[in-house]
Amino acid sequence: MSDAIATPGARTAAQTGIGRLAPWGVWIAAGVLLAALPLVFRSGTALTMLSLMGIAIIFALSYNMLLGQTGLLSFGHAVYYGLGAYFTVHAINWAIAAKLPIPLPIMPLVGGLAGLGFAILFGWVSTKRSGTAFAMISLGLAELVGSSSLILRSFFGGEEGVTTNRTKLLRLFDWNFGPQIQVYYLIAAWCLLSIALMYALTRTPFGRMCNAVRDNSERAQFVGYNPQVVRYIAFCLSGLFAGIAGGLTSINFELANAALFSAAQSGNVLLATFIGGAGHFVGPILGAVLVTYLQNMLSDVTEVWQLYFGLMFIATVMYAPGGLAGLIMMHGPIWRAGALGRLLAGYALLLGPMAMVTVGAVLVIEMMTHLGVRAAEGTTMKMGGISFDAKSWLPWALALILLVGGGGLARLAWGYLAGAWDRAEAVAREKGLTV
Amino acid sequence: MAELILISTLNGVLYGLLLFLMASGLTLIFSMMGVLNFAHASFYMLGAFLGFQISRWAGFWVALIVAPVLVGLVGALVERFGLRNVHRHGHVAELLFTFGLAFVIEELVQIVWGKSPVDFRTPTLLDFPAFTVFATNYPAYKLFMLVISVAIFVGLFLMLTRTRIGLIVQAALTHPHMVAHLGHNVPLVFMSVFGVGAALAGIAGVIAGPALVTQSSMAALLGPILFVVVVVGGLGSLQGALFASLLIGLLQTFAISINLSLSDLFVGSGFTPEPNTLLGDLWRVSVAQIAPILPYVLLILILVFKPTGLFGNRET
Repeated sequence: MSDAIATPGARTAAQTGIGRLAPWGVWIAAGVLLAALPLVFRSGTALTMLSLMGIAIIFALSYNMLLGQTGLLSFGHAVYYGLGAYFTVHAINWAIAAKLPIPLPIMPLVGGLAGLGFAILFGWVSTKRSGTAFAMISLGLAELVGSSSLILRSFFGGEEGVTTNRTKLLRLFDWNFGPQIQVYYLIAAWCLLSIALMYALTRTPFGRMCNAVRDNSERAQFVGYNPQVVRYIAFCLSGLFAGIAGGLTSINFELANAALFSAAQSGNVLLATFIGGAGHFVGPILGAVLVTYLQNMLSDVTEVWQLYFGLMFIATVMYAPGGLAGLIMMHGPIWRAGALGRLLAGYALLLGPMAMVTVGAVLVIEMMTHLGVRAAEGTTMKMGGISFDAKSWLPWALALILLVGGGGLARLAWGYLAGAWDRAEAVAREKGLTV
Repeated sequence: MAELILISTLNGVLYGLLLFLMASGLTLIFSMMGVLNFAHASFYMLGAFLGFQISRWAGFWVALIVAPVLVGLVGALVERFGLRNVHRHGHVAELLFTFGLAFVIEELVQIVWGKSPVDFRTPTLLDFPAFTVFATNYPAYKLFMLVISVAIFVGLFLMLTRTRIGLIVQAALTHPHMVAHLGHNVPLVFMSVFGVGAALAGIAGVIAGPALVTQSSMAALLGPILFVVVVVGGLGSLQGALFASLLIGLLQTFAISINLSLSDLFVGSGFTPEPNTLLGDLWRVSVAQIAPILPYVLLILILVFKPTGLFGNRET
């Protein structure tokens, strides 16, 4: 009974004063966060990385409109990203040459429109099919556009690409977008706008129809919607936002080149989205931030960072198909039931063995790398401040012990955690929280 | 002209048969398990590199036998401990798993053998010109590749149509549940087919290694073309895969040797295209230059006009 009384009370509070802002709280917080981040992370590298993260977020969210929301697996999303970048660069150069009074901040829109236009064109071919066939067509289209970009040199600029100068456009409020901080704020503004628009889209009837087509396209058809049309519209809108992300990239680097179309680019966005979690709206945001951070950090630490990436991706596909967001959201009901404490012991137990397996795997990979790629430097290598001989048996034996022992212990801890999870779930269910 | 046609046909058929060695495994795996194996070209690359390494230690002929067996074992292990676990998450998860696997295999190959091409030489026994046509020497090794490919094709065909195992495999292609109900171990059949498919790709890798370039990007270069072959031929159809392999092999080989461009078509008609506009390249690009993209154009045309592929009977 007390719940029933409390709810209307809360509603009246929401209608007065600050309460009215409550539904917008997340967005206001996001805006404040984006504005404040450069004040906390002041260094040049941090600012560059924040800019890249902003772009990656838009790109990953646009990808998730296909993968997570409509159930379309694309291997060629970089096509719209790259075309957006090229059209933005050409538009900027053209505006400079023709002395048109167009400010830089609206230029990403050109990229977005280019992405939209080509998505309308290519989507017509590819969204006739779904599932594996769609994935293959997207791959074929990506190869087609990627190869064409090297052939049509006058538009795509060959290997070097097309350069531009973002400072030469019409100035607003005396911002010339020379310093990185100004570009960061441009990216942040577009990022927030795109996130808001893409989120709003998931709340519309159209967004719901996308989910219906993803879950059961036959039933969606029975309700009276044409799944093909729903897929097509979703694809076009996704191309629009990918184009915006591409436009921002080209402004950030003042360059558009053929690498934007590469399979690695399409693969990266897939990795980021999936690792973050395709099933939740925040998933791709988490994934984009994490993957961008790791790309920049890991590539300084180890030259085989892409291998770690691939392994992380495979581990996600095998053990946590919901991604990071899925893992976090799983704990929601248990947290609300106040039973999270029951899991802590299990997690603490699992931490040690997991760390052992990770260290063992890293040791093996790094020793292999040292003996393979860096064979010319001799067999002595250094890791974590300790130097040792990669060809001696001791480090290999240690790695093996860590891998096998850690694996065995992890199994035991996993069993304990599973039991604790069941008990915590039961508590949540007793309190009427659905798991 | 006759020389060009003869040599191009030989090379085209050879390339096509090589594609078929891989496409046959890919299409068998796909029609059985519904998994489009993204890592199939990676098995081909693994075959080439293992072949290179083993031929250094024990000679080419040992490598020709041992490397494919090893690749087949790797394939079987991948199916048993990877794909089978992912299966319950659906086909998209399976496709993503093989995508990640392709990524990891490429990185591993780069760690062990480096990024630059390795020196995989043709065996001295076959290092002579087999015959000479119009002053062009045709290497014996290419003839050997041709023979091996045809032999494997015939062997595969006989095994699928004339043996009991082939019968079960064929039945499992269309009615996997019925086959399981009849008491056959379908997961074992799946694992074997995956392993054999990987081994076939491994053989293709070993014999193609010395003739083409053995480097860590070879999987990424060939993988997409394989998908084109499988889709154009029709998913699940072996005849289709053979036909499409030869078609694409010939198409690419012939296109490379044609040096005409769009503007050549208009020579003498009084119409001169403007070459210096932003898209002026369209006029100057020769057929040879667009050879790499022709398979993808074919793929899109097929999917638009005949979604089942040339020989397939099910929609992709």
